[in-house]
Amino acid sequence: MIDELAKQYEGRIPAPLIEEVKKGAKEVKLSKAQLETVFTRLEDKYKYARIQPGEAIGIVTAESFGEPGTQMTLRTFHFAGVAEVNVTLGLPRLIEIFDARKEPSTPLMIIYLKKPYNKDEKYLEKIIAQIKEIRVQEVLSEISINLLKLHVEYVLNKKRMKELGINEEEAVKSIKDSLKTVEITDKDSRYTATPKNKEGGLPALYTLKEKIKEVKVNGIDGIQDVIPKMENNEIILLASGSNLKETYKIAEVDYTKTITNNIFEVAKNLGIEAARQTIIAEASKVIGEQGLDIDIRHIMFISDLMTLRGEIKGITRSGITEEKESVLARASFETPIKHLINASLIGEVDMLNSVIENVMINQPIPLGTGLPSLVTKLGKETKK
Amino acid sequence: MTDVYLDEKYIGTIEHPKEFVKSFIEERRKQKLHATLNISYESEFDEVSIFTATGRVRRPLIIVENGKALLTEEHLKKLTSNDMRWQDLLEQGVIEYLDANEEENTLVALTEKDLTKEHTHMEIDAVTILGLITSLVPYANFGQSSRLNRGSKTQKQALGLYASNYLLRMDTDISILQYPQKPIVKTFMHDISKYDKHPSGQNVTIALLSYDGYNMQDALIVNEGSIQRGLARSFYFRPYNADELRYQGGLIDEIGVPDKEVKSYRSEEDYRFLEDDGIVFPEAKVHEDDVLIGKTSPPRFLGEMEEFSIAANTRRESSIAVKHGEHGVVDMVVLTENDEGNKLIQIRLRDLRIPEPGDKFASRYGQKGVIGRIVPQVDMPFTASGIVPDIIFSPHSIPSRMTISHLIEVIGGKVGALGGRQIDGTTFSAESEKDLRIELLQLGFRENGTERMYNGITGEEFKTNIFVGNMYYLKLKHMVANKMHARASGKIQLLTRQPIEGRSAGGGLRLGEMEKDCLVAHGASLLLKERFDSDKTILHICESCGMVAIFDWLKKRASCPKCGANAEVNSVEMSYAFKLLLDELKSLNIYPKINLKNKY
Repeated sequence: MIDELAKQYEGRIPAPLIEEVKKGAKEVKLSKAQLETVFTRLEDKYKYARIQPGEAIGIVTAESFGEPGTQMTLRTFHFAGVAEVNVTLGLPRLIEIFDARKEPSTPLMIIYLKKPYNKDEKYLEKIIAQIKEIRVQEVLSEISINLLKLHVEYVLNKKRMKELGINEEEAVKSIKDSLKTVEITDKDSRYTATPKNKEGGLPALYTLKEKIKEVKVNGIDGIQDVIPKMENNEIILLASGSNLKETYKIAEVDYTKTITNNIFEVAKNLGIEAARQTIIAEASKVIGEQGLDIDIRHIMFISDLMTLRGEIKGITRSGITEEKESVLARASFETPIKHLINASLIGEVDMLNSVIENVMINQPIPLGTGLPSLVTKLGKETKK
Repeated sequence: MTDVYLDEKYIGTIEHPKEFVKSFIEERRKQKLHATLNISYESEFDEVSIFTATGRVRRPLIIVENGKALLTEEHLKKLTSNDMRWQDLLEQGVIEYLDANEEENTLVALTEKDLTKEHTHMEIDAVTILGLITSLVPYANFGQSSRLNRGSKTQKQALGLYASNYLLRMDTDISILQYPQKPIVKTFMHDISKYDKHPSGQNVTIALLSYDGYNMQDALIVNEGSIQRGLARSFYFRPYNADELRYQGGLIDEIGVPDKEVKSYRSEEDYRFLEDDGIVFPEAKVHEDDVLIGKTSPPRFLGEMEEFSIAANTRRESSIAVKHGEHGVVDMVVLTENDEGNKLIQIRLRDLRIPEPGDKFASRYGQKGVIGRIVPQVDMPFTASGIVPDIIFSPHSIPSRMTISHLIEVIGGKVGALGGRQIDGTTFSAESEKDLRIELLQLGFRENGTERMYNGITGEEFKTNIFVGNMYYLKLKHMVANKMHARASGKIQLLTRQPIEGRSAGGGLRLGEMEKDCLVAHGASLLLKERFDSDKTILHICESCGMVAIFDWLKKRASCPKCGANAEVNSVEMSYAFKLLLDELKSLNIYPKINLKNKY
């Protein structure tokens, strides 16, 4: 009986709502007539909840962000939780998201781990060592400049490297690979780096010394720090710096849950729908953190607009504003002369179909009460 | 090695900065170095800075050695018996002045009780952490710090007797409170600053009560009877002046009643207050646009042709008239000279300001509000003993702001008013609230300051006791008479044909971008159109070239300058600002062609 009715309303009411009615109807026994009432009322309510034609959702969304935005504290830095990871929040972060900046000012990954690794702390150090970018500096036991022979001598800390799970040979190789103009010789684990070109003299040696310190020996590019954190009885890793592609390659990482706050990286690796979800999540996070309450539909609307074209477009003059059909609308937002001149070059026609143009020429805007109009067809006068 | 800077200039290095600074300070205390010298060691930068320059803010502190203040009872005795002066304390090295930098190296105790071995200085009194104006707030240590700041700020806006020679002065935009009183609850700063000589408020009876919602959101209810008895009346003064300017070619402005032939002559009535010398007489009751000083200026831009015409030789009218929306009585007329030796007339207008709904008042604790309603005395609530409050203050203003000092002043004021004395409310050393309550009880009132009250309209007894007392209220300089503004139609700008800006010019109130967004969001399409049609025009557009055509209103015939007289021309209504945009596009060499189409 209920399935019959459900089928009837399919497409008229969203499926999750129908499912909910089904579930509820099982608990409370309803007669057929009652069920019918439930469905008709649900449909009415659903129809009522839908946005009416002519509703100015764009402006309402803008105002919904704009008004609470004025109350946002401009305090940029906030230490999220016990793990002291510095994250940009508040207005600067919101601007960053909606402007679709290529790199967030504080990139951050939340790395989840696969089953056995996410419970026991003993695996942690090894996993972190694989992710965190480690430079020679951290595994050096000594480094010095030999003034007589004009070379740099360094010794690697084997114990430390073992702790971090770094193969010494690999480390030596990566130093060699990254310093092409230097000859490296090994003598009882005491390495000497001699510049092939001796003309640089002492200053060149100093820069070489600093260069050696900065060589990456292990980990993933761009991950400056990794901090473990307990969340819901599960160990997760917070990484400052973001590199999804490389992180997914690590065997212990649960790539089904691991995320980043870099929207472009998400779009590149996981697709545009994931990017849309990230925009929603990131914007909601900022708003929630500030203790504001903005309806999720507004955020979803903005995210939809930003990802509509299959690539991320910011709410800027080079982003979604550029796509507006009307010249006047584009010109009314930043760099008017550029838009007007370009339009005149190709002889663009503005049909005056949208809101802002009609405000400019002082005509009723095609929204709300200005949207519908009455047309009377004057037929031939009928004979009396 | 530590760098040493003298007045921000590098002068050398030393080895032991702390010892160096210490020896300097010792020398200064022994009067071997000048007392205005300040030295400090900044460990963060490893720098020693010595300052001798003027303009540093410095404050006196008692020097503490080994946990003991150098200022002793003996000093105090000598000071009270006038055997010693402040200067002596400085010379003996008991007190020294520190600047902001040197203060960074110190540990200052607030009171003698707090002293430990580590302390280097002690406050002369706990109140010295407050400034002059903040010290004028009684019981400040019972309030929230941000409210204290606001309270200090509002005191600066209070009307009072700002200068005793105000009758001889020509200040701009100034008011005088008519019956200023000294506060019942005062602080030591009131004595020091001789506040009694220039008070800026009045003691009022206040009840914490709501009254039909007319005092919601910080509004105040004021007793009409109190106002009739002179509460918060003030005079508002505004100067007007005119000088006889000299121009090129020996021409000069002329002060006097203008001839009727003068260019842009006002109506005869506008000049009715002028005496023969062209200046109003004192005590004339003038209204807006009445001329105060008659003046004519020589004609501007004398062209070759105009020199011979009769019209060009007439002078221009340039009288000084009462500003838009103002009125008053001429208080004083001054005839004098300006810096260049030209004749200068100054007139001071006086306007009696009786409190009206919208005028702003405040207590001394950042509790400010405007008058919401003026209630006839018969309708005001009254206490069992027949006391009718001057002001009814909303109790909702208290909890979230936590201005406890406001409540204590009401009790203090009540005790002071009943006992006929001033209450000392100096921060940190005030008469205690407990003592005040005991005294209030002895005076025959409830110790918590509440009283039985009756509804003034129905005569019913209120179910609860109402908190009533006396407190010092300030009338602030923001009065509606100076601010209210509305306009239907009026002057427009030449370029855009939109209303001009500003209250004094009788301009419009701008419906800006965000207000526009609001109307769009509501979908109030036609309201939006109506709001924005202040500059609407009818444009005649040529159908073939899409440019603005010419319409001859005499012949009722349209023609296009490009397509000729036979072109089809239709009229369109649009905002003048858009027509300007089209013109600007044309100046950019862009051809904005308008395609006309029937709307339906």
